[in-house]
Amino acid sequence: MSAALAPRDRLRLLGLLTPAYLWLTVAIFLPLSAMLFFSLLSDVPFGDAPWHVTADNYLAFFQTTTYAKLLWKSIKLGLMVTLACVLVGYPCAYVLAKTIRGRAREALFLLVILPFWSNSLVRIFSWAIVLRGNGVLEVGLNAILPFEVDVNLMFSTPAIVIGLVHSYLPYVILTSYLALQAIDDSLIDAARSMGAGKLTILRRIVLPLSLPGLVAGAVLVFVPVVGSFMEPRILGGRVGTYYGTVIEDQFVAVFNWPLGAALSFILLAVVLLILAVTSPVLRRAQA
Amino acid sequence: MAEVRVEHVTKTFGDFRALDDVTMDFPDGGFFGLLGPSGSGKTTLLRAIAGFLFLDAGRIRIGADWVEDVPVEKREIGMMFQSYALFPNMTVADNVGFGLRVRRVGAAEERRRIGEALDLVRLGDFGDRKPHQLSGGQRQRVALARAIVTNPRVLLLDEPLSALDKALRVDMQIELKRIQREIGITTIFVTHDQEEALALSDKIGILKDGRMIQAGPPREVYRNPIDIFAAEFLGEANILRRPGGSLPSGGVIHLPATATDASALAVRPENMTLSATEPAADGLSKMSGILAQRVFSGALGICLVERDGNVVKVIARDEDLPDIAEGDTVWISWKPEHTIVIPGG
Repeated sequence: MSAALAPRDRLRLLGLLTPAYLWLTVAIFLPLSAMLFFSLLSDVPFGDAPWHVTADNYLAFFQTTTYAKLLWKSIKLGLMVTLACVLVGYPCAYVLAKTIRGRAREALFLLVILPFWSNSLVRIFSWAIVLRGNGVLEVGLNAILPFEVDVNLMFSTPAIVIGLVHSYLPYVILTSYLALQAIDDSLIDAARSMGAGKLTILRRIVLPLSLPGLVAGAVLVFVPVVGSFMEPRILGGRVGTYYGTVIEDQFVAVFNWPLGAALSFILLAVVLLILAVTSPVLRRAQA
Repeated sequence: MAEVRVEHVTKTFGDFRALDDVTMDFPDGGFFGLLGPSGSGKTTLLRAIAGFLFLDAGRIRIGADWVEDVPVEKREIGMMFQSYALFPNMTVADNVGFGLRVRRVGAAEERRRIGEALDLVRLGDFGDRKPHQLSGGQRQRVALARAIVTNPRVLLLDEPLSALDKALRVDMQIELKRIQREIGITTIFVTHDQEEALALSDKIGILKDGRMIQAGPPREVYRNPIDIFAAEFLGEANILRRPGGSLPSGGVIHLPATATDASALAVRPENMTLSATEPAADGLSKMSGILAQRVFSGALGICLVERDGNVVKVIARDEDLPDIAEGDTVWISWKPEHTIVIPGG
């Protein structure tokens, strides 16, 4: 396509693209390259300790089963959170896009994006207050229910999932909303005129046509959740050891940057592999 | 196939009366046009028959059943949308087969009927294409095939041809009529194009501000419009607000026997004749004016004649028009039987 552009247009294009690419180079490519370099070293190249290039950090992943098990645990967490986000977010996006109109939609949209506006650490500690024994949830439930219940979700997997779902739900809602809104209402009318019920319309028209948005949202949730460490650490306590928290430990506690970097790149490779394997399947489902 | 009857149907959206006590009959197997300016309620009426909206009052019958409380998906209708509303994620065959799949007719029967429907619209070889690979006219045919493949009791078309360019539109009018004749389905369509309505319909209904102004065979409505709006909306009309008899500036208008003091008179532009001098023949209605403008449009010539601040339009074969320069005095004449009496005025 660029071959068809006049030199003037090409120059303008270059001018518009350069700042973005420059920024991406400085902010992403350079630090990532540095990390890749670290991951191949025997020790941090600061201070006086001698260091040399080695693959040991990557081999460490395979020498014990601990890392692989933690990675699998993180992937399961990612799947769980993604599934929960899809189940909660997609219907919400559908109602926003197809049922509610005008000012009510704007107001509800604001509520959806609200989590983005608060500091994530504050958000997580708020959940801690809600979920702990004798916390807001337990007191609230006991005030309503006629019988006594014990609700202490703190330091458990459900607490981590709740915290993560709350943080990442807006991604699924926003991407699904955009995809759903793009579906012409007359398609739904047409399907109804041909005798299709609500479920058939959802399964054969609405879902296939909005799948790209839903998948984009799911990916936006899945990838960061697999590497997450803050929510597991604060809401998970002792059960909150995940692949992400181990990486964090390498950087801030053990000060073994090379191992942390190597583990990060293994995570990146695994996530890319998962996406590469699933994308053709999803593309076929959409066709 | 079934007849459709709409009885005293009223629908309001907030303060807006979209349909106001509309009654119309659509006999079995006919082709009916709903005509009106935008906002007149014609699409609302079509969607009411389809079942997309609940009525505030009134009843709708399809065949032997009163259906006003039956949801769209149970009404056994076929509908074609203005945007065609083809499912972009499905092939042409799957689009056409959608309604059959919902009805679980079985794979073999489904394939057979998809093939039949596509053959009917002359798209037999296009089953494997996706909608985005089709031209506008082809999409329209797919939408039509999809609407009739389930043998609905009534076919509803919402501005079926408005998205096509003019040449294609005329072709599709003929095609639409052929298909409708061939399967004999009761068909109701909405249009704002009066020519299209006249060309296709066995009966038309003119709507204005949610009310059905006049309904009847196109020729009858064209010749005997019930009010000035109907006269001007369906074709063109020169409205004469002057009383009949001799005119002070010379000329005469012969009043038809049915005219009263309250009625207005109208003459279609194509029924008027233009001449340079006062026509001598007896019994003609005639009046003079100044030729303000003459427009050549190929086969036809359009002349605007100014008279007492009013503009009268005359349309004739261009070669039949006398050689008169703009600004000259001309005479307009017409046969008395071409004076239309509009009862309501």
